[in-house]
Amino acid sequence: MQIRNANNSGEKIELQMTPMIDIVFQLLVFFIMTFKIVSMEGDFNIRMPAAAPQAAPPEQMDFPPMKLYLSADADGTLTGIQLNESQPTSFQALNQEIQKLVGTDGGPGARESAEIEIGFDYDLRYEFVIGAVTAVSGTKTTQGDVVKLIEKIRFNTPEAPE
Amino acid sequence: MRIAKKHDSSVLEGDLTPMIDMTFQLIAFFMVLINFTQSESNDKVQLPDSELAKPPETVLENFRIIHLGEDGTAVMGTKQEHYKGLRSALEIQYREIQFGGEEPALTTIVIRAHKNAKGGMVQELIQICQEAGFESFALRAEENVNSGFKYISPVPVGG
Repeated sequence: MQIRNANNSGEKIELQMTPMIDIVFQLLVFFIMTFKIVSMEGDFNIRMPAAAPQAAPPEQMDFPPMKLYLSADADGTLTGIQLNESQPTSFQALNQEIQKLVGTDGGPGARESAEIEIGFDYDLRYEFVIGAVTAVSGTKTTQGDVVKLIEKIRFNTPEAPE
Repeated sequence: MRIAKKHDSSVLEGDLTPMIDMTFQLIAFFMVLINFTQSESNDKVQLPDSELAKPPETVLENFRIIHLGEDGTAVMGTKQEHYKGLRSALEIQYREIQFGGEEPALTTIVIRAHKNAKGGMVQELIQICQEAGFESFALRAEENVNSGFKYISPVPVGG
């Protein structure tokens, strides 16, 4: 029987670390260069068929459709809000008015059946449109929960710029 | 004169283990956070923010994204032109969806419009999409981390 040479057992096998570190640093640089902090995005869903079915007369509806109009100056800044007959002075006031209409005073099922048509001046900046959509579509509680208000939102037909 | 003692020929090696540990942790961090949905974004478009804009719980299955720039330039897929000229491209999309066995009416048009774009342009874009046969739309906004309404009083009181 052959006896192994005992001298080999004391040798230290060393791995070549250099290629691994090279690759690892290249990966690190790649991820750092391509890293981009992106804020979360969300959608407001709007269903607007071109040929909408004829709506029932307002007296037969549980909740007649509301009309919201946003006025703008030449710069596209919001200058006025008109909700049916009232004129809220801010989106917060608009939100509170919508809460009154469909929340407490609207009765059961008001939120589901409530519908709003949003119109605005051609030049109005889109951020104000989204502000109005936010104000009518829901509200955030102090706990951070979202309470939905009006889900059926549609835009009126656009008017050509003057 | 004293002759300096010759150094030992063995190589001095630092301990690489902590550095490799740290590097792997950094790689893992960036790998987890890397966002592969960059194709949905467009550098020209800065979205308006909204406190109710939350990422959807269910992922949209059938959708097409249209980016609308401040100057009216629209980008859909690889096509880039003024939004008024998108009609033919949308009609092609409609037919492609039909041939693919999907229902075009259930396909959502996601509109990513710049916050300073004119609202009327967005209205017209929606109308062009409607004329091409689409009827489901999603207006995309950026999540506003601050609670409350951003525009507390856009209308001067009494004005």
